[in-house]
Amino acid sequence: MDPSHLRGEQYEDEHVHEVYEQIASHFSSTRYKPWPIVERFISTLHPGSVGLDIGCGNGKYLTVNPDIFILASDRSPNLVRIASTHNRPHVSLAADVLSLPHPLRTFDFALSIAVVHHLSTRERRINAIEAILAMLRPPWSSDKTVSGEPGRALIFVWALEQKSSRRGWDEGDDQDVLVPWVVKGGSQQQEKSSRMKQRKGKKGTRGSTMEEQVPQPDAETKPGPRAPSEVSSVPESEGRCNDKDSSKTYQRYYHLYRKGELEEDIETAGGTVLESGYERDNWWAICAPSMLNSYSTGS
Amino acid sequence: MKILTLNFVTCARKACKASPAAFPLRPREAELEIVEQDINPLFVRNVLPRLEWDALREVCGELGLQQLPSTAPSPDDLFTTTPAAADTAMADAADAHEPRPSQLLRDLHTLLLETTMRSGKLVCGNCGHEYAVKEGIANFLLPSHLV
Ligand SMILES: [Zn+2]
Repeated sequence: MDPSHLRGEQYEDEHVHEVYEQIASHFSSTRYKPWPIVERFISTLHPGSVGLDIGCGNGKYLTVNPDIFILASDRSPNLVRIASTHNRPHVSLAADVLSLPHPLRTFDFALSIAVVHHLSTRERRINAIEAILAMLRPPWSSDKTVSGEPGRALIFVWALEQKSSRRGWDEGDDQDVLVPWVVKGGSQQQEKSSRMKQRKGKKGTRGSTMEEQVPQPDAETKPGPRAPSEVSSVPESEGRCNDKDSSKTYQRYYHLYRKGELEEDIETAGGTVLESGYERDNWWAICAPSMLNSYSTGS
Repeated sequence: MKILTLNFVTCARKACKASPAAFPLRPREAELEIVEQDINPLFVRNVLPRLEWDALREVCGELGLQQLPSTAPSPDDLFTTTPAAADTAMADAADAHEPRPSQLLRDLHTLLLETTMRSGKLVCGNCGHEYAVKEGIANFLLPSHLV
């Protein structure tokens, strides 16, 4: 693992954004089942609610509730393109959690599922949570309520304590890890791999990587941003890509949250935790801007 | 990108968040299309009071769409009831007579949810930054020197 002072925005470009751009289609094919707590949160929102899905990935939560309006965003334009194929009545757009293109203190709800753990320093994770909270209609505002309630955010992050999972991490382990994602060979994936090489370092829109993939049979038996089961131990320091036979390995950065850490970060970011828990390898919390908090500029 | 979206996006740059000139973003070179969608009267009724009506009017003006009235319609104008409703207490009319969506509600549905921007640009009135809309998707990712 690289030392923390080397992490930050550029590090995330390489170890988060570029990886998702490349694996978008394969990743999407393994992410089709909504997680129960997220589904419950979305389906109990009042009709006419307007909110955000920040880090929407392939947009799997856009089909849950047709009586609300979700502005779904992701840092990966390829994933946004996939999300846009089934986003009605919602909308999907490309945006970064640290530069959200939305008016402050406006929304009834925000989802941020498996996003905050991709930010590579504590300061950036807290900034992200601040940015999410700043979008919500605060408790002291009575304007334009649909439900009469202040805005709430649901945040999910990967847990350090998951010793019964395939990865087996637990209390005391290093919380900052690179996790391999293996795209198995096959002509299509292989083609993508070589394409990535040519384009390494280039910015801009990629060619279509949106072909439908056959879902991995057991890829989402448990919720969690986990790789397909054929992933084996790839040395974490080996770098982002690794040609071996006909498969390709990408390394994604994660900060694994220990028990209580999500609540601490939310409070440091000026939020109040309303409800929180652990669900199969993930910590989650429902939170709102704190009444005691004096943020007003959102910056 | 639905027209409704333009009521809920602004410039992504921090420096613009506090500026009234940044909202709404101005559509330019917009190519519009109608993408049909099932009407959801309850959604339209509930979302109406939360719209920034002036911003919606401005956007419609820029896009050359219909001229909207200067103030937002009242929720009462969104439904029509059968004549018999007049006999009932007004408060109960909605429940008793299955109000039907009015033409106004249908027009709002078409404007907000079916009229979409296929391509073009969204321009910040404060800093002038242009966000591209391609294949119906707006891209708000900033080049690193603007973050
Ligand atoms: Zn601006």
